[in-house]
This record gives sequence, C-alpha cells and structure tokens, in this order.
Amino acid sequence: MSTPASTQLLASNTTEVRPLTRVAATRLLVLRNYIVYRDAWKLFLTGFLEPLFYLLSIGIGVGALVDSFAVGGKEVSYATFVAPGMLAASAFNGALLDSTFNVFFKLKYVKLYDQMLATPLSTGDIARGEIAWGQLRGSSYAAMFLLVMLAMGLIESWWAVLALPAVLLIGFAFSAVCMAATTWMRNFQDFDKITLVQLPLFLFSATFFPIDTYAGPVRWIVECTPLYRGVVLCRELTTGTVSEASLVSVVYLLVMGVVGLMVVRRRLDTLLLT
Amino acid sequence: MSDTLPDSTAADAAETPLHDDAQIVARGLWKRFQQGSGPSFDAVKGIDLEVRKGEAFGFLGPNGAGKSSTMRMIAGVSPVSDGELRIFGMDPAVDGPTIRGRLGVCPQEDNLDQELNVFDNLYVYGRYFGLPKQVVRERAGELLEFAKLTEKSKARVDELSGGMKRRLTIARSLINKPDLLLLDEPTTGLDPQARHLLWDQLFRLKHAGVTLVLSTHYMDEAEQLCDRLVVMDKGVIVAEGAPLELIRAHSTREVAELRFGAGEHAAHAELLGDLGERVEVLPDRLLVYTEDGEEVLARTHERGLQPLATLVRRSSLEDVFLRLTGRTLVD
Repeated sequence: MSTPASTQLLASNTTEVRPLTRVAATRLLVLRNYIVYRDAWKLFLTGFLEPLFYLLSIGIGVGALVDSFAVGGKEVSYATFVAPGMLAASAFNGALLDSTFNVFFKLKYVKLYDQMLATPLSTGDIARGEIAWGQLRGSSYAAMFLLVMLAMGLIESWWAVLALPAVLLIGFAFSAVCMAATTWMRNFQDFDKITLVQLPLFLFSATFFPIDTYAGPVRWIVECTPLYRGVVLCRELTTGTVSEASLVSVVYLLVMGVVGLMVVRRRLDTLLLT
Repeated sequence: MSDTLPDSTAADAAETPLHDDAQIVARGLWKRFQQGSGPSFDAVKGIDLEVRKGEAFGFLGPNGAGKSSTMRMIAGVSPVSDGELRIFGMDPAVDGPTIRGRLGVCPQEDNLDQELNVFDNLYVYGRYFGLPKQVVRERAGELLEFAKLTEKSKARVDELSGGMKRRLTIARSLINKPDLLLLDEPTTGLDPQARHLLWDQLFRLKHAGVTLVLSTHYMDEAEQLCDRLVVMDKGVIVAEGAPLELIRAHSTREVAELRFGAGEHAAHAELLGDLGERVEVLPDRLLVYTEDGEEVLARTHERGLQPLATLVRRSSLEDVFLRLTGRTLVD
C-alpha cells in the first residue's frame, strides 16, 4: 500500500508554496477563466458581431438618410459618429456578461469563491481577478471592433490609438460596478433590474444621436451617466476632437471602477468570511 | 453558558502551547453569529484544544454541535469572535494566506469547479498556491492516480459519481502537500464501499505523517481514524481523549440491546434495572450497560421476559455520547 512513491507523494512539503503578489493572484483568476473559455471561443463571436450589426444597419443603413454633421466643430459622416458609440457599448455589454450572471452563478450556486478562499487567495484577489476578467472580455470585443472601424475608414485621427486604453477603462468601470451590484442580487429574477438599466443606457447615451438633441435638465442627467462618458471619450479619440474636457470622462470612469472594486471586496468579506 | 462573551483572560495563552509541535492551539475559542440587529447565536462557546503534529484528531458531535464552525475558524475563513487561535503558531487574522498555504481543506459539500475538467480542477487549484506550472502538472497526475481517477482526467465534474467527486476533492486538498489536512464530514453521503476506499486513503496520509483534523457524526469513522478526539455538543467540548479511553471512562465493556413491543420499554427498564450498571431507554430498544452482555440476556430470560430481538455488542463512542448528553448522535 504505502510504497515509497506514494509516501513521497503524500508527505507534507509546502516549501514550494510561494506567496502571491497581487498581480500574480489577479492573473491566476484570469487564467482560470481563460481555461474555461479556451474551448468556447465561439461564445466570443456574438459579443463582437452585435455592435457590428448595429453599425451596419443604423450607422451605414440609416446613416444614408442622414446628412453629415458637426462633432466638436468637425464635420463627420453619420457612420463615423455612430461607430465610436458602438465601440464604447461593446466594451460595456461585454463587461456586463461576466460581472453579472457569471459572477452570481459562481458566488451563490457553485461556491467557487469559497473554494478559492481555502487557498492563499484573498477576497481582494477575487475582486480584482474577476473584475479584470470582465474588463478584458469587454475590451477584447471593443479591440476587434476598433480594427473593423479602421478597415472601414471610420477613424479620423491618430488619437484613436488611445481608444484601446479607453475601452479598457470603460470595461474596468462597468465590470467593477456591475459585480458590486451583483453581490446584492438574491435570485436570477433580480437581474431584470440590470437589463432595465442596460438597455436605456445603450440607447440614450448619445450612442445614436448627439447630446444636443436633449434640452435642459435631461441633457444634464445624460451627461452624468457613465456610458455617456465612455461614448464621448471614444468619440473624441476616434474623431480627433480631444480637449481638456476629455479628462472629465477619464477621471469619472476611473473613480467609478475603483469605488466598485472597493465595494466588491467589502461585500465578499461580508458574504463569504462569516 | 453566560450570555456575554468572556473576558479574554486566555489572551496570549495560545502562544504558549503545552507541546512544542502543536499545530493548532485554541484557548477559550468562541464563535458568535450576529445577523443584523436580531438575536445572536453562539455556535462555539469557549473551547480549548491542542492538536500535535502527525496526529489524527477528530471532532465528534451531532449536527449543530459547532464542529463546522470550529473547522472554518481553523481554516482561516471565519473570524474568531473571542479567545485565541494559533495555527502553526500564527494568528489566522494576521497571517491567513501563509497559514492557508500550508493547509489542505476538504469541505463538507464538494465545491469543485464545475466549469473545469477533472485534471484542470487540480491544476488550477494548485496554481492558486503559487506552485510552478510544471510542479502542479506532475502532482496533479500523481494525485489522479492516488484518487483512482486517471481515466477520468478529461471528464467534466458533473459526470462523476458522488464517491469520485469526494476523492477528487480530497486529491485537490493535497495539491500543496499540506502540513495539516482539514476534513469536514469526509464520508457523509457515501456508500459503504466508497467510505472504505476513502478511509484507506486517509490511513495512507496518516502514515505519511500528515496531521489530520476531521469532523464527523459517525462513531465508527472516529474510532477507525482518530488517535484522539473531542466530543462536542451545543458549542462546548463535553469529553476529550483517545476513542478507547473515552469508552472506558464513560461506558462499560459491553452493551446488551433488548427490543420489546412498542411502548413496553420504559416498564421493562424498571424490571431489568439491576442487571447492568446503567439502563438507557430509547424509543425502539433498551440498552443495558454491563461487563458481560450474555449474562444479562440469560438473566432476562430467567425472569420470564421475552424480548423480540437481542444483540450484544462492544461499547462504542455512540454510547459515550449518549451517556454524556442523553441523546443519540444522529437524530
């Protein structure tokens, strides 16, 4: 029974266990999710095709009926106007996929995080890792979409290079806040509330028409919503109409993500370390 | 027990264990659950214990005795409400990740990663310990062999039987070659064959020098596996010792079990009270505690009583528990 080999296999020896840095721990969470999706890459296709279909039908199709108009004092075609909106929205929708349903499933049903907490991983590592994964999923859709924009001639400026970090920022902000909201969900029906917010944000964040369509207080409200900040930031970058005001969006999204991350961590402490 | 938490008079006592090789030291360990502003619930009420290196230590008790709460505190995932707890001489509240790096945890419910296959369950879990890729790959292969799951390497977790899942969970808990293995109700829900396979594996671990801490409500499991155990009830330790010591101290050598017709047990207990050291009345039978069970049966028949069924057996931890708490373990 206890051959030398099995004794050696079973004998205690934790000398090879290494303390993880925050970055290494975050990467391990991403690695875990990567292995899950490695063989299911087709799932990623839909998230990429959705904004592309919107661009083709509304940006190009409906755009044929619309005269070009001014963005930040610069004359652009309707497709050039809509494309950055779809760019931001693809990062937004992609980040939501993992940080809502999937996180809920792992948290409440399969107890994945309880399993992780039996290892040296901490609630902070789980928060960072899962948010990073949602962020990467969202921004990978956006990155592919950015290439399509380039190929279709919908990019007007070298500033568009910065659209990649911009979609990473959008992915981070929404992944963090949505994961935080998910920790309060009690069942799958509760996710209707997320859909209730997701769709109007997608339609009314100056994605399909300019902000000056709105008048007075409505415009103020829209300007304060997070996806609007993402859309204008992407639009300023791809059309080359960047100004100091663009920093408002950057700071807004950064603060949103950091606050979301801190909330997720505290909520995981409350829910799991009982 | 008082309603207030005791003063931390035991403070720092846990830093001076009785034995140098103590891996777990608890002094006045207390767990209180508070839900909102509602009434609080004390799951563990000031227990003291010490587990030494290489020991197989058991928590025995019914559901709700505080076994799992104690195990969760030891595993560093449940904050200590009061008292002192040291694992490998460290405080779980301060050195949680370092302690957990040296622990193997096998939870009551299998929480395998449903989205990964059998091999990747071990591989990814091993990586969480900061182990290098190559080391984890080798160990995962060896542990699949140990758990008799090599052929299931590429299978999805939900294709496995209950026994296989349990073996995979135990294999997973060994990926970091832990100094201390925590097993919460390791064989609950398994069929007899699967239990014996698991016991064999736990024996092998014990022989390899791994410290085992397990909770169970099966007496036979505790008697088989544990060098030493504590019997818990309602959050406190009611007895402590080696299984045989406990049986000797709290029970007789043998037990005669007598079954009479429904509702007759209490009356017959009075008639037979002098035959043993003690008689317990259970709903379905009488237990007569004695040094010689056959003698009890013979004298029962001499008195003209005709039990429907009889059994003479050795005392078990179940009897110890019954004696100490007045209740059976699994109710």
